[in-house]
Amino acid sequence: MSAAASSRLTTNRVAGGLLVGLALLAPLIVSDYWVATLLTQTMFLGIVAASLIFLSAYGGMVSLAQVAIYGIAGFALGNLTTTGNTKGLNLGWDPVLGIVVAIAIAVAVAFVFGALASRSYGIYFLMITLVFSVIANLFFGQVTSVSGFGGISGIPIPDFFNRTAHSDRLYFATLFVAALVYLGLRYVARTPFGLTLQGIRDDPVRMRSLGYRVTLHRLLAFGFAGFVAALAGILFVWWNAQIAPSTIDLTATIDVLLIAVIGGMFRLEGAWIGALVFVLINNYAQDVGFVSDRFHTLIGVIFLIIVLVSPDGLVGLWDRTVARLRGSSGPGEGSEEGGSAGIVPAGERGPSTLTGS
Amino acid sequence: MLASPGLASTSVSRGRALRIAGVVLLALVIAFPIVWVLFIASKTTFGPAVDDPKDFLITLLNGVTAAALYFIVASGFTLIFGLMRVVNMAHGAFFLLGGYIALELQRDLVPGADSALGISSAQVSFINWFLPLLAAGLIVGGVGLLMQQAFLRWNQGQELRQALITIAISIIAADQMLAHFGGVAKDISWPRTFDKFLDLQVADVQYTLTRLVILGVGLLIGGALWFWLKRTRSGMVIRAGVDDRDMVSALGVNIQLTFAIAFFIGSALAGIGGVMGGSFASLAPGVDGLWLLNSLVVVIIGGMGSLGGAAVGALLLGLTTNFAAAYLPADYTFYSIIFTFVLLAVVLAIRPLGLFGRPA
Repeated sequence: MSAAASSRLTTNRVAGGLLVGLALLAPLIVSDYWVATLLTQTMFLGIVAASLIFLSAYGGMVSLAQVAIYGIAGFALGNLTTTGNTKGLNLGWDPVLGIVVAIAIAVAVAFVFGALASRSYGIYFLMITLVFSVIANLFFGQVTSVSGFGGISGIPIPDFFNRTAHSDRLYFATLFVAALVYLGLRYVARTPFGLTLQGIRDDPVRMRSLGYRVTLHRLLAFGFAGFVAALAGILFVWWNAQIAPSTIDLTATIDVLLIAVIGGMFRLEGAWIGALVFVLINNYAQDVGFVSDRFHTLIGVIFLIIVLVSPDGLVGLWDRTVARLRGSSGPGEGSEEGGSAGIVPAGERGPSTLTGS
Repeated sequence: MLASPGLASTSVSRGRALRIAGVVLLALVIAFPIVWVLFIASKTTFGPAVDDPKDFLITLLNGVTAAALYFIVASGFTLIFGLMRVVNMAHGAFFLLGGYIALELQRDLVPGADSALGISSAQVSFINWFLPLLAAGLIVGGVGLLMQQAFLRWNQGQELRQALITIAISIIAADQMLAHFGGVAKDISWPRTFDKFLDLQVADVQYTLTRLVILGVGLLIGGALWFWLKRTRSGMVIRAGVDDRDMVSALGVNIQLTFAIAFFIGSALAGIGGVMGGSFASLAPGVDGLWLLNSLVVVIIGGMGSLGGAAVGALLLGLTTNFAAAYLPADYTFYSIIFTFVLLAVVLAIRPLGLFGRPA
């Protein structure tokens, strides 16, 4: 079994290496439009989704507030760096200082959200973070002094990263940040902190009786994931040069959840795979005759099918396909992360044998 | 590093000091808005309540009647969650669906209705409003039942997966409603019986009867639910199911039938709420998300699965939103949304499971 598991690991390494290679060479292979629009979008949406997957896979917390935090970083950057001709405070700060302060504000808000939500578990956590997200959206829609309904436009971007002049520079920047985020999240998951977090995911009561500060660990994980989401928010603003409340509305919140579900809620790689699939559907579905305006119905149906058929998303599908090709004894056998959560919260997989038909 | 090495005596006394500080802070958070509204209220449109009892009373009534509508919708949400641990994220979509169904039916029923301009309430008799209400409740209840039987029943116990399924269904439903009913806001007409003002004989208040009707329906539904759950056999089974569904099922009760009934009624309440909401305000894309938010906030404050909690949560939310909108200084009324967050934050800080919540 260990031989099968290690060879599966190698298959994954090869596949991962190929994907990274393709991502690096993309500007040589595909058109400027693909690089500057589709792939750049994939990278920063993948970062937000990765922050969600990190919390869900290692902390057992399915947070729907990631998009709100991403938006707060973006709105903060807009308010701090614009110089006029738009809504917001127009403070006209230096962009670099603006970025640092914007990320700090977003992380501070993440800690407030986390302090309120981290004592709740499972589905309660999801509901509370969803409410935070909707309130953040309404806040920016209503408070005209920081944004208002139309949002902030003309946010200054460093010339170096201007995507109309240089289609690939911003792409490489987002790719670089995405790689750092991926490695950083993987690293954190392997530190004593990350291991404790996984222990809390599996059994908070036992961890508490062992003397660990359960709520504090969950809070810190949430704050860290908030930092990751804030990075994506900055990249989004650089890409889009404007931000509006509709950027972080309920649809956007669910879109990021959808990306995580498409990719697979239990492995970080899934974030970018899900993001790529989502961006492609988002971009090309409207051209397909029978879909046209009913794009969201299509998205909803895809969402439904994935949740019903393959709860661990495309990455799970890949794992099972590889396992089957290798002829090993069935799916889920070498599940690397100890069968982490997937779509079923750890606490739910106890001996609840009497339920169901 | 983060493990606490046992409790030292200093940390006990520190904990106690923190607790006292917390209670004082809480008292301030509760007392300040009351003092503000009653006596200070500077730079607001109405001024302090002691000087302007009429507008204070109207705001109070607005808060209570809004709470009644929050309660109607959220009670269905909390009923479903309490029994089945299903968070029905499609509850807002069901609300909107109920409203649209009633709207279509009303236009078919009222003779000479001009569908482009809408219907004036003078043309609408009580039956032309009540029949659509009933039909919307039944149809939405049926849709909810169908969703439960087709998608949720075989995923029982998988809370997150069920929530994701209902999210997917709400996306599809919202998009299909946009396709069929368009993006323009529409509203259901009140019957002429209700569309008038009532002299309350207190402080010259003329108050609209339609809002009092919403309050009446809310009280009626609350009373009926209370009677059903506390005084009938099927209600008893439901309460037993909330506590231990495996045991109830082992005792020979058909728990699946009970689940189906609860899901039907819970969804029907969303539909009925949608008709009330569509008569009181309007129906448009996005309203579904707003009502999902309202239901979530009400049950998070009140405690998931508790009917009394839903009533208290609805009242707190209704009063908070209405008083914040009316009694903030005129330049700051945009910030009223923050008070919903503050309300939520205060409750969660004291009771993570909500005011009447119990651990699952």
